[in-house]
Amino acid sequence: MNALFGLALKSAWNRRLTLGLTLLSIALAVTLLLGVERTRVAARASFSQSVSGADLVLGARTSPVQLMLYSVFRMGGATNNIGWDSYQAVIRHPAVAWSIPIALGDSHRGFPVIGTDAAYFEHFRHGRGRSLSFAQGRPFDGLFEAVLGAEVARRLGYRLDQAITLSHGSGELKQSEHGDKPFTVVGILAPTGTPVDHSVHVSLEAIEAIHLDWQGGAPMPGVQISPEQVRKFDLSPKTITAALIGLKQRTAVFKVQRHINSYPKEPLLAVLPGVALDELWRVVAMVEQALLGISVLVVAVGLAGLVAVILASLNERRRELAVLRSVGAGPRHILALLALEGASITLAGLGLGLLLLNLAAWLAGPTLEARLGLTLALQEVSPAELKLLGAVFLTGVLASLLPAALAYRQALTDGLTPRL
Amino acid sequence: MRDLPGPAILLEQLRFRWQRQAPLCLDIPALDIQAGERVFLYGPSGSGKSTLLGLLGAVHQPESGRIEVLGQDLARLSGSGRDRFRVDHIGFIFQQFNLIPYLPVLDNVLLPCRFSARRRARAGQDHGRQEARRLLEALGLEGEQLGRQASQLSVGQQQRVAAARALIGSPELIIADEPTSALDADRQDDFLELLLQECAAQGTTLLFVSHDHRLAPHFTRELSLVQLNGARP
Ligand SMILES: Nc1ncnc2c1ncn2[C@@H]1O[C@H](COP(=O)(O)OP(=O)(O)OP(=O)(O)O)[C@@H](O)[C@H]1O
Ligand SMILES: [Mg+2]
Repeated sequence: MNALFGLALKSAWNRRLTLGLTLLSIALAVTLLLGVERTRVAARASFSQSVSGADLVLGARTSPVQLMLYSVFRMGGATNNIGWDSYQAVIRHPAVAWSIPIALGDSHRGFPVIGTDAAYFEHFRHGRGRSLSFAQGRPFDGLFEAVLGAEVARRLGYRLDQAITLSHGSGELKQSEHGDKPFTVVGILAPTGTPVDHSVHVSLEAIEAIHLDWQGGAPMPGVQISPEQVRKFDLSPKTITAALIGLKQRTAVFKVQRHINSYPKEPLLAVLPGVALDELWRVVAMVEQALLGISVLVVAVGLAGLVAVILASLNERRRELAVLRSVGAGPRHILALLALEGASITLAGLGLGLLLLNLAAWLAGPTLEARLGLTLALQEVSPAELKLLGAVFLTGVLASLLPAALAYRQALTDGLTPRL
Repeated sequence: MRDLPGPAILLEQLRFRWQRQAPLCLDIPALDIQAGERVFLYGPSGSGKSTLLGLLGAVHQPESGRIEVLGQDLARLSGSGRDRFRVDHIGFIFQQFNLIPYLPVLDNVLLPCRFSARRRARAGQDHGRQEARRLLEALGLEGEQLGRQASQLSVGQQQRVAAARALIGSPELIIADEPTSALDADRQDDFLELLLQECAAQGTTLLFVSHDHRLAPHFTRELSLVQLNGARP
């Protein structure tokens, strides 16, 4: 076998161009396959990491997926709010450790505005249970103070003490500006890779204040209440959109959920984030499958290339293999020679593919993380990926055995008396 | 069994055809060649000389009849057994020289030693390298030429490399299919002289095929395939 290795090497070097191209096509196919797989995993991770601390999400009665989408991921609009009184009533349950109210509906230059309270900065968890930290400044304290997510500050180039105004709704309409009540930026959060980065945070009272002279989504004509005057009004919140709830003990989660869902005075909904996410995955599973299917096809094309190259070169190698047999190389040598080549090309293709993938992750990772909240870190090969790679490797070796079998059958008789 | 003097090649009722429907290509009632003989086999082009050699080297299988080489009945060997037997005991010089194009001259010569422990052992120390150099030098190849790839050799040079490859490790039987066809007269003489000398020194049986009848006097026996062969291809 030792003798064979050197031969295989020299023979392959003799055909380096075609083999190099095959290797490249396998590598690119593998890069794509793993790229899709990693993006899929990263997307899932980034979703579940956005709510890592909360045991329940509370909102108006709607579908669990929709509640998750608008309350946690800020996608789509809330259909209904819930009353502050109801909220206060249900979180009084003894199993509740903390809760973060969330009032949505306003925006700043396309970024959603979150009305919340101090609990947000204390109890919100993302990633593997990390709490929020400030890159600069502090939590809001006064009425017209705002805390920016990292991306908001970065993209709009905002610093501390910047004055900003909020818009009603998602801000398409010019006249729905809350232009008369500017906010001051007092804090900028460190990046989290979650929707928090894209949010502007103000107090629930502030949300109340900027809507004092509004009714039904538009300013009341003739009524103008200045920022100085608003403080005289009762600014305690009347409604919120959703809430994240943490429990003292996870085991109580179903009890609390039942407690909330059967709240008599208002239709409320509490969902377990994990369960709702699973439902979400079932919705997007088809897209994922399609993507995976495409990349499997790409790998198949790469492997077909390998077989094609080996088969094509078999014709020119027929002579070579016959000569080897004439000097004593047995069938198992020939088989080993071709399988060795197939295996090493596939293996090298896998290695190169991984290298390319990590290079791509290294180059594009920061951008992806900032724009989409996807963390494509340089990472070790996961067991799932290992399975994919193993499948590619096996197919590659099997693919190269087919020509090997052919080669063996032809080798002597055909090779030593070459046809013209 | 193999080192006893006795027939090196024994044929009985050998019949061979290329395809099932094709006419017989070879039909040889009997032929035996004793160990140590140096036989010259001649016949016109297309008369079946290469085919017969292929049968002796267990490259083809006969339709019927018996082939014994060095006391071994070839029909009793398995596929890989034939490969093993061939490399261990027979030095083949094919009509087409059959070198590996991307290997250097020296490595081409050493190929049988790579696959056969027997040939390696018989080729002497250094895995046969010294022996390979000696043979190549005797055939007029030396120095820088030994490191050159086979694909960069002239046809005559390739033929000499193929001869050295057949001789290395002193197989008991050398089968040479027109090995001098591409050599000029001087080289042809050198080549024949070396081949015969090596065979005499080792007691090797030699079966040498050519259509050039002028070479016949160098050998201990000459055979006409046309006379041997009952079939008329
Ligand atoms: N692979 C093959 N398939 C079918 N017929 C073949 C094959 N090889 C040779 N033949 C036929 O067998 C006959 C003998 O061929 P062979 O090569 O043995 O001749 P030869 O005596 O060696 O000729 P030359 O002196 O030209 O080398 C020829 O008629 C040839 O057409
Ligand atoms: Mg011939």
